Amino acid sequence: MSGEIKHEWPLFEVFVRAKRGLNHVHVGSLRAADHEMALHHARDLYTRRNEGVSIWVVKSDDVVASGPDDKDAFFGPSGDKAYRHPTYYAIPDSVPHI
Amino acid sequence: MSEQVFEATIAKDQRIEPRDWMPEGYRKTMIRQIAQHAHSEIIGMQPEGAWITRAPSLRRKAILLAKVQDEAGHGLYLYSAAETLGADRGDLTRRLIEGRQKYSSIFNYPTLTFADVGVIGWLVDGAAICNQVPLCRSSFGPYARAMIRICKEESFHQRQGYELLMTMMRGTPAQREMVQDAVNRWWWPSLMMFGPPDAESPNTAQSMAWKIKRHTNDELRQRFVDMSVPQAGALGVTLPDGDLRWNAEREHYDFGEIDWSELKRVISGDGPMNRERIAHRRRADEQGAWVREAAAAHAAKRQGVPA
Amino acid sequence: MSFDDAYQALTDHDDDARWAYGTGFADPLAGVPTTLPEGVDGADLAAYCLMIADDALILSHRLQQWVTRAPELEDEMAIANIALDLLGQARLLLTRAGEAEGAGRDEDDLAYLREAADFRHVRLAEVRDDDFGHLIARLLVFATWRLALLDRLSASRDPVLSAIAAKGVKEVTYHREYAAGWTVRLGDGTPLSRQRMQAGLDAVWPLIDELFEPHPIEQRLTGVAVDPASLRPEFDAVLAQVLAAATLDAPAPGSATRDAPASGSATRDAPVSGTATHEEAALGKTPGRDGRHGGELAEILSEMQGLARATPGGVW
Repeated sequence: MSGEIKHEWPLFEVFVRAKRGLNHVHVGSLRAADHEMALHHARDLYTRRNEGVSIWVVKSDDVVASGPDDKDAFFGPSGDKAYRHPTYYAIPDSVPHI
Repeated sequence: MSEQVFEATIAKDQRIEPRDWMPEGYRKTMIRQIAQHAHSEIIGMQPEGAWITRAPSLRRKAILLAKVQDEAGHGLYLYSAAETLGADRGDLTRRLIEGRQKYSSIFNYPTLTFADVGVIGWLVDGAAICNQVPLCRSSFGPYARAMIRICKEESFHQRQGYELLMTMMRGTPAQREMVQDAVNRWWWPSLMMFGPPDAESPNTAQSMAWKIKRHTNDELRQRFVDMSVPQAGALGVTLPDGDLRWNAEREHYDFGEIDWSELKRVISGDGPMNRERIAHRRRADEQGAWVREAAAAHAAKRQGVPA
Repeated sequence: MSFDDAYQALTDHDDDARWAYGTGFADPLAGVPTTLPEGVDGADLAAYCLMIADDALILSHRLQQWVTRAPELEDEMAIANIALDLLGQARLLLTRAGEAEGAGRDEDDLAYLREAADFRHVRLAEVRDDDFGHLIARLLVFATWRLALLDRLSASRDPVLSAIAAKGVKEVTYHREYAAGWTVRLGDGTPLSRQRMQAGLDAVWPLIDELFEPHPIEQRLTGVAVDPASLRPEFDAVLAQVLAAATLDAPAPGSATRDAPASGSATRDAPVSGTATHEEAALGKTPGRDGRHGGELAEILSEMQGLARATPGGVW
């Protein structure tokens, strides 16, 4: 896109915890001049239907992300660790509560 | 990551995410489509927004205000999806108010009576839902997710419109006339919302291949007609099309020829309200500039950075 | 043509947590008895409910006029939220006024069929916003005052007023924060924003005293209504704190009139609510509460009531 016109405010990523006991979930982004305004905007934009008990905002520039090219190096090694998953272990159906 | 991975991801019906490699044409098409959709939400606030202060009951006022507010929210979700592709909202807004990017032609028609609020909910939002539901499976992840959120929230938009019309149809003869008049004016423009016929829709094939689009314009239009006819019957209004009749062989309703020259005229900027809509958006953007600049200056001061 | 599974997914609410999408809505008056409390005059209670209902209804109208005109889309959301909150308060209070009156009038009868002289809001609610700075100044003053009011009203002897106020406290707390945040940003932003924020404050300042002037009805409703004079210390303290953070000065008493706007902006309207001192005296100390309003209310009502009145027997 043309680099000429930029919005006056930076971009923030918004995370909402829908209810106690759940993780914060990324719900989208918004523009704000500062963190305080970003929180307010997030409240108006992403929680106007009673969603959420807690909001995080993070400047998009501050998010460090793995690239898709890192996929194998980052996530490949755990792919063979089937013993981390409960289904790896054969337990007879007759054994209850496990 | 490269073209093969991209193609394979699409073939497996999985989502493309912003940092994935993607063909330049895909990126451009996505930005254009999402921006156009975002612009439509924002411009679409105007025709209904004009009735908030005039709504004839406090309940309708609250519903309409919440609905128009939702549209601002939906515009924001969509701009934020476009921004994941490297677009900048400031730049997209500039393109809108300079007429370099389009928005849905439907919003270039005026809202003449309060019945228009109901008909927009019923027909315009109804058509939008037909268009949008398949987009929840768009191949571009952020767009698909924004659309799911939007569709969930919009589920009340169509219902409130239809409920308003049902209520008005139980009212005075003047109110019933108002509803029929609004239906007459909005029916054909609603059919045009699905875009030109497939034979004249140059981008459809590529968009279908990339799974940006899931159904052709004509398929969606037919679906909308089939849905709307019984709804019109239940409401007690007539759809203004003498050729509208059930075709038992096709198992669809046949309908009359759409005046495509009108659509072309409206898209090219010559609809009844094009100039007003853009001028209004431009004015809000320009008159807000000093406010946005002030907030940026204040934030810079607090961080110790000279403004 | 088969349709996508997505349509199914939309009606499947099991995965709502994934979308942080909420559904639980509560009726603020659920289980609250609506009978009038012992020893309370119905006409007085009705008149009092109208006062604080009209404050909310008329300011909400002014905020509705900002829709599609806000400086940024995020503020579009915020302003609409505030307008919706105030509209919701107005509806509950109008309904309560109708109940207390006992003449069978509902919220719409009261909103749409009263004449200007029967509206009871303070003048601060009705004046036109010249620009965003003016809107913020007015909202800051209004929300600071109303928050203090609702906070005390939540202990009212009338259970309905108490429940409405308790709900409103949460809402107006946010309104005040929003306005305070913008007052600071505009006051301590650019030279232009500072000038416009100051002009906004200057414009609303002469309307402040009216907010704290007790009305005979409020005085009669002991334990039910709030004595507005008691709200002043909290109001002054909050305003002083916000203005200090915004590096702005409170206009000196009597120094600010709208005849000398600080901003040279061509978009400003002619002064409307700034009145000369002798006219001010003729209005009395509680002009709004007594139904004495400016021409601006006539404009608001013709817009708000026009369609409803033009369709006799209409149902919406």
